[in-house]
Amino acid sequence: MSESTRIDCDIHNEIPALETLYPYLPDHWLDYCRESAFNGPDAADYPDSVPTAAREDSSPKPDLTEVQDRALKDVEIGILNCAYRVQSVRNEDLAASLAAAVNQWQVEHWLEKEPRLRASIVVPSHSPPLAAKEVDRWGDHPGFVQVILPVRAEAPYGNRRYDPIYAAAVKHDLALGIHYGGAPGHPPTPTGWPSYFIEDYANMAQVFQSQVISLVCEGAFERFPSLRVALIEGGFTWLPSLMWRIDKEWKGLRHNTPYVRRPPSEYMRTHLRFTIQPLDAPPNPLHLAQILDQCGAEDLLMYASDYPHRHDNHDILLDLLTADQREKICSANARAFYRL
Amino acid sequence: MTAQFDSTATSERGAVTKDRKNGHDAAGPVASLHQGGRYRAPQDSAIVDTDIHIYFPTNDILRSYLEPHWQDYHRTFGSRGFDGSHYPRAMPNAARHDAWPEDGTPPGSNLPLLQEQLLDRWNIEVGVLNPLVGAGEQRNLAFGAAFARATNDWQLAEWLDPDPRLRASIIVPWEDGELSAAEIDRWGSHPGFVHALLIARTKEPLGRRKYWPMYEAASRHDVPIAIHFGGAGGVPITGSGYPNHYIEDHGGMPQTFQSQVISLIFEGVFQEFPTLKFVLIEGGFAWIPPMLWRMDSAWRKLGGEVPHVTEPPSDLFRRHFWVSTQPMEEPFKPEQFRQLLGQMDMDDRLLFATDYPHWDFDAPDRAFPVPLDKDRRRKFMAENARELYKL
Repeated sequence: MSESTRIDCDIHNEIPALETLYPYLPDHWLDYCRESAFNGPDAADYPDSVPTAAREDSSPKPDLTEVQDRALKDVEIGILNCAYRVQSVRNEDLAASLAAAVNQWQVEHWLEKEPRLRASIVVPSHSPPLAAKEVDRWGDHPGFVQVILPVRAEAPYGNRRYDPIYAAAVKHDLALGIHYGGAPGHPPTPTGWPSYFIEDYANMAQVFQSQVISLVCEGAFERFPSLRVALIEGGFTWLPSLMWRIDKEWKGLRHNTPYVRRPPSEYMRTHLRFTIQPLDAPPNPLHLAQILDQCGAEDLLMYASDYPHRHDNHDILLDLLTADQREKICSANARAFYRL
Repeated sequence: MTAQFDSTATSERGAVTKDRKNGHDAAGPVASLHQGGRYRAPQDSAIVDTDIHIYFPTNDILRSYLEPHWQDYHRTFGSRGFDGSHYPRAMPNAARHDAWPEDGTPPGSNLPLLQEQLLDRWNIEVGVLNPLVGAGEQRNLAFGAAFARATNDWQLAEWLDPDPRLRASIIVPWEDGELSAAEIDRWGSHPGFVHALLIARTKEPLGRRKYWPMYEAASRHDVPIAIHFGGAGGVPITGSGYPNHYIEDHGGMPQTFQSQVISLIFEGVFQEFPTLKFVLIEGGFAWIPPMLWRMDSAWRKLGGEVPHVTEPPSDLFRRHFWVSTQPMEEPFKPEQFRQLLGQMDMDDRLLFATDYPHWDFDAPDRAFPVPLDKDRRRKFMAENARELYKL
């Protein structure tokens, strides 16, 4: 397969500094940002200098030229996922204005300058009505293909409070992307605050698992049958174990959630897609092949480099695939999912 | 792809109608695997049950084991734990409908009924009692310690003494490392008490240093620390807030266990206590291989932050952890269960458990979704537990 048919579903474009957004802020918030102690969102969920934040010769906040030179080489289309944590700004109006500024910046500095790029709409998801407005603002712009949410939030994403966001996404035929990180104020584990970053990092897979349970068991896919969700930078090798467990739970406890009408794994297969980095792969390729087979991964995985983050080489995965499976995972699945 | 997403609504309704006609479990390929002709294992091997739940029959009996001051305290304030994680069980006391004693006392509180339904019925060689009475979740730590002492005295007097097949847990007030160490010191050399019992949702991750005095005592007596399903530590039960339903609470327990393992390994507990053993009870186990792969990958990239972790997390896990089987994940196809066992590579560490008298009880002849070879069956059903608990 030629490299040029790859679609990269996770490339990061980060805001260099709060000042970057000044040209796009309304007067009131521009004055506030200049005069107050506000320096931008308070979220240390991914320090710039940790070893995974950038490859050896990459910047943790690459500019367009670096992305063009490094990430888009041999890539047909790249999806930008900006992780600016407006959700951690308690003032919801400021958060909404920051999100609008981020999105305008993405249009002017990325989408209008590089036709291979698509972007994700940053929204103040802690205020779903304001977030829905932001989705409506950009929903018909051909450069935006998804609404991006941090995996850690104040409540799990199956909760009905988020319905306005999903209604807006569905209305504009946008995907929902759930991405590593977030700083909602409560601990990143079900048992309190760990000491080390490596624990937050390793624990993030569990938060993705909790979100899958919530989306399925709280009926989000029954309320929005066309909602489609990408799980980005959360791994995927845990999917078979989660499918088995929640299917079993549903057999015993389905009277608890009568609107979950099918085995949970069916919703997962229909509505979820997973980016391939981080692989979190077993050392034995046979075990990885088993995992791929157990969850039907050829229809669920989408190629991603997670540029500029540093990860294990993905060849262990790609080497296991037939030409047909490679084509699906490297481009066809993303093309269909993001309507490219 | 477009058609796939757009057509879900109608096809789902079709499936539901068919499903209801066929009954409770008949919902597509997943459930049908286990319908009707489900595998039943021959009872050709001994059974050690590592997860049996007992409860005080009445508050008066609990109070009769408390010191007078704490009797008054309990009468006045009852049990005061952490708010926010109340997910009403799908059935009263989370129990099997047939496990209620005739006198109306709670399931698991009546020794003759427990003997009849579990020990005699299944010819259990040894059963490990895990009383989930809430002693460790008390906000008043001194009362928690008194409650733990009372529970341990009660286990000895009313369960271990009358039935030699039973073993007990050392109940500890785990949020206080020193008080817990004192209770472990009290029972650590008693052959009837086989592990100290914690619950999965603690107030802080269990690798934190406040818990280390408890681990020091456990190491001193070579007593394993068991972490059991459940609990309420006062923080949301996911890393992303509180979900709505009991199915998410119950089905979400593997995420809690993973967080505890990650904490214990990365916070350096096993460098400080190189002989310490942990038993994970009622968390299932299919989540273990992918968690180990992720931890190893994280350690290769980010291990510089935790220089005390000097070997791959998967090696530490396989050396220091034992895991009970119930509730067992049920793969779509039988061979996937064997793949799972191969990926785990922990044949010496799986411990059979029934979870009597709870609703999700695993019967010894039906628990495993596939026939096990004789060697594995012997190990899982009894031998691994005998070795761990020195039975």
